[in-house]
Amino acid sequence: MIEIKDLHKSYKVGKNSLHVLKGINFSVKEGELVSIMGSSGSGKSTLLNILGMLDEADEGSYHLDGVQIKNLSEKIAANYRNKFLGFIFQSFNLINYKNALDNVALPLYYQNVGRKERTDMAMSYLEKVGLANWAKHLPTELSGGQKQRVAIARALAGQPKVILADELTGALDTTTSYEIMDLIQQINDEGKTILVVTHEEDIAEMTKRIVNLKDGIIIDDRKVKQVKAMANV
Amino acid sequence: MFSLERWTEVFDAIRKNKLRTFLTGFSVAIGILILVLLLGVGEGMKNGIEEQFEQDAKNRVSIWTGVTSVEYKGLNPGRRIQMKNKDYELLLRNFGEDFEYKSPMNRNWTSVFSHENETGSYRIEGVYPDYQFLENSGIIQGRFLNIEDQDKFTKHVVIGKKVRSELFEGKNPLGKYIKSNGINYKVVGVYQDPGGDREESRIFMALSTMQKVFGRGNDISNISFTLPKESNYDVALEKSNNLINEIESLLKGKYTVAPLDKSAIRVNNSLENAKRFYDLTVNINLFFWGVGIASLLAGIIGVSNIMLIIVKERTKEIGIRKALGAKPKSIIWMILHESIFITSISGFIGLLLGLLLLESVGSLIQSEFITNPEVNLDVAISTVIVLVIAGAIAGFFPARRGAKIKPIVALRDE
Repeated sequence: MIEIKDLHKSYKVGKNSLHVLKGINFSVKEGELVSIMGSSGSGKSTLLNILGMLDEADEGSYHLDGVQIKNLSEKIAANYRNKFLGFIFQSFNLINYKNALDNVALPLYYQNVGRKERTDMAMSYLEKVGLANWAKHLPTELSGGQKQRVAIARALAGQPKVILADELTGALDTTTSYEIMDLIQQINDEGKTILVVTHEEDIAEMTKRIVNLKDGIIIDDRKVKQVKAMANV
Repeated sequence: MFSLERWTEVFDAIRKNKLRTFLTGFSVAIGILILVLLLGVGEGMKNGIEEQFEQDAKNRVSIWTGVTSVEYKGLNPGRRIQMKNKDYELLLRNFGEDFEYKSPMNRNWTSVFSHENETGSYRIEGVYPDYQFLENSGIIQGRFLNIEDQDKFTKHVVIGKKVRSELFEGKNPLGKYIKSNGINYKVVGVYQDPGGDREESRIFMALSTMQKVFGRGNDISNISFTLPKESNYDVALEKSNNLINEIESLLKGKYTVAPLDKSAIRVNNSLENAKRFYDLTVNINLFFWGVGIASLLAGIIGVSNIMLIIVKERTKEIGIRKALGAKPKSIIWMILHESIFITSISGFIGLLLGLLLLESVGSLIQSEFITNPEVNLDVAISTVIVLVIAGAIAGFFPARRGAKIKPIVALRDE
């Protein structure tokens, strides 16, 4: 599903160049649930942003579902993001003047799905994350856990190939974090490929594979025995 | 381009962002309102100032006759040309529609008048009622001569301020009689003239009375009339010259006077004075165009600022939308669509308010220098359209920049 080879990325900081990713080789197969770990500054978020086509690599190749992602125009990148990817952010990034239902329906709007169908589909995803009764509420009227559920429903709504989650439990307490991870595990069990960036050990243990990043290179990549989140709630 | 889907999306954004919508609309509406008021007051001041100086704008044309100076068609020079009432009627028949005010005149240079023990020598001018408007004189007491005075040969006179002070010594002259050659004339009005004592020591009576009393028959010594104001000096000059030429050739033909004989029949105009007025009008126009354009610019800058702020405020939303797959074009259109919609609606609301205000308050303004403040509707509507287009252009650049921001950067915006 994801195939990256010898990925480099550096940022200009004043006069100096900060080499963040120093040759990443990495692949993810369909249906995997992978966590990318590392301390802050290890390059894990940069890697995720490149995978999400929110940022571009300097060197190396990236294939997503067999399509080479390189020198994309804004328009094509937008199209690929829309078709291939679903995002979950630490800070939820819901549009605060739209209610839960409309937020979930937004990726479908950009897929040119008609309003009626869009609303029906969005509603079914809200049901899936257990928030059908909150459809008409604005993000400001929801708790952090609920907001993240809406964000997950939104990420699912576009029916993407891969879901990318950046510190998705970073703003949540432990219990809520585990509830969210339980939802992620369910979605993964249904066959969705999911990449989670985290620096929390316990969250990483709930995935099926941990990739450890340090100073811009992968120092460890191992399969783990998945800890079911429900068991810890 | 105008899909129903985007309309729904735009209305959604407008409905859910009432404060932003209100503030944007409010500032645009206020901007247009002020612009309309400014244009209206400007127009009012223009009207007022023009009215103040309108006297000067009048192009007064005078025709008088003298003695021929060259031989023509076998007639010797030295022949006196005398105009009659019929000549006035002839001019009226031929050119009457071009005239604004018109009057023939016959004068007697000196006549002795007395009231009780006071005596003085004054110039008498026999005129038509219109003559009041041909002179710069203003009635300060009573009335000027009217058509009844002309038709009924009344012995009514209008005297100058100087005459009043000499014969009446400050007492009210209205209804009193002044006497000349054994005939009593009733004073019906007093006038003043910026020309001073010389102009104010005249006595007006109806031409018909004057011709009878002085045994002048149907003679007239002078015909004058004014031409109405034109849009600019050049038009006024051209019309005036054409008319003067036609009148001259008509009269010269009738009296068999050589076309180039300047002393027998002369037609003159006062257009030189009017040039000052026309220049003033041009300058006032320039000034208010300047004010109008400056206010329009201020409005455009205001709208542009609002657009910049809106795009800035929506940066994060733009990032989210882009992460979800919004194409740059759809971002630009989303912003422009909303802003054009809001600026048009509020622009026309401001326009309407401004017009209503001008309509209701305008007539209440009592100032010599502001008359009929009003706005040309075409100008006002095109102003709104210009503002909306300018707002759209001004919004386009920040919108495009917003659409170009990498989603990762936009998402970091707080």
